[in-house]
Amino acid sequence: MNYLLEILLIGIGAALINNFVLHYFVGICPFIGVSRQVVTAFGMGCAVTFVISIAAFLSWTVTTYILVPGAPLSSWIAEFFISAERASRIDLTILSYIVYIFAIASSVQFVEMYVRKFFPPLYQSFGVFLPLITTNCAILFACLLIMGHIVGVDNPEDVWDLGKSLTLAVFGGVGFTIAIVIMAGIREELDFCDIPGPFRGAAITLVVAGILAMAFMGFTGVDSGLKKVLTPSTVEKTINGDHLDHMKNN
Amino acid sequence: MADQPTSMERLIQGILPENPVYRQLLGLCPTLAVTSGMKAAITMSCAVAFVLLSANVIVSLIRNLLKPHLRIVIFTLTIATFVTIADRILAAYMYQMSKTLGPYVPLIIVNCIILCRCEVCASKQPLFTAVSDAVGQAAGFALALSSIAAVREILGTGMFFEIRVLPASWPDWVIMVLPPGAFLTLGLLLGAVNWMGSLHSKNKQGKEGGEKT
Repeated sequence: MNYLLEILLIGIGAALINNFVLHYFVGICPFIGVSRQVVTAFGMGCAVTFVISIAAFLSWTVTTYILVPGAPLSSWIAEFFISAERASRIDLTILSYIVYIFAIASSVQFVEMYVRKFFPPLYQSFGVFLPLITTNCAILFACLLIMGHIVGVDNPEDVWDLGKSLTLAVFGGVGFTIAIVIMAGIREELDFCDIPGPFRGAAITLVVAGILAMAFMGFTGVDSGLKKVLTPSTVEKTINGDHLDHMKNN
Repeated sequence: MADQPTSMERLIQGILPENPVYRQLLGLCPTLAVTSGMKAAITMSCAVAFVLLSANVIVSLIRNLLKPHLRIVIFTLTIATFVTIADRILAAYMYQMSKTLGPYVPLIIVNCIILCRCEVCASKQPLFTAVSDAVGQAAGFALALSSIAAVREILGTGMFFEIRVLPASWPDWVIMVLPPGAFLTLGLLLGAVNWMGSLHSKNKQGKEGGEKT
């Protein structure tokens, strides 16, 4: 399987099939809290996508160069203190959670300062969402997914590089944006509906999210279908597809 | 201090009147993600209880040393440490369960319940109050998780704690153990809890009104 196809499948998988909100249930708090209006929901989605990419870059770098067993930087430093053979087996993965949460918190802080200084209008539109993102589980979840593809993978060819990790993060953020914007659109209409008293607010939102999740289940199998269409061994199918298109045009 | 609830009141408040899931809508990620079976739900609530209790104890002990602008970072790092311990213990003694729970154990770090309790209660109260508050909240969380998991597991697979309770002819509602079922169950249970709460408060009002007249 070539690299571009893999990237495409990771992207579609993160954005649609295994949507962060509707399949993995991460980032539910903003999904329910900040989905009253389409505009603010879109702002939140953009902020999350932005931070998730930075966090993914940081966590990939830290994991590959410092945390994994035999990582270059940590074993190089350890060689000064212990024998080279023991230094190459040094394993810091136990620190990963603390390192990730620290990286996320500090990157949110830096992004906030940078955006406030250089892009004041953008800062105005993000408003209170930026600091809130620190405790958004979607960010940490993306870091953990990437870690799962680096640590404990036996075959060195299957270890994810930076491109794949960033694709997962960016498209995960895009999927989050799609979900929260759809939700906000539905909730704007929901305001005009006559909902039974106890269900007003969060309860009906969750029920709607359930129906939305059912709709997103329809994407299951898109990745294997695409793989079938795009791998060269099944050229016949593509030809048949073209044939059908011609029939339709005629 | 007169309007501050005592430690016993805090313990009881956490279980139903201020249930973290149904009343405060905190910590919804694990609530939705690990409730497809009772075993996973119980393990998850034990892990959360352990982290909540330990973090509350530590934060309550160091509450006089905290600087206001650094407190959130301190809370988060404390929580992350205990989550790492809980995760290692799970991986060592319950390997299968830790595989099932997957990334949701480390996600306890960003669980709003724990951060909220550290901020609201433990950083301002002495040790005993903080502990009882943590126990109450953890019990409330466990109650919420197991109620959702019970509904989902019974309807989805016809089993309870992996023992069959419904007749074998029961058509499994597979959707209940899939992601949409989690949203639907939590939404409907939340509506039911709100409804019962409104009935309860109506009764109370009625009684008070009756006493006055």
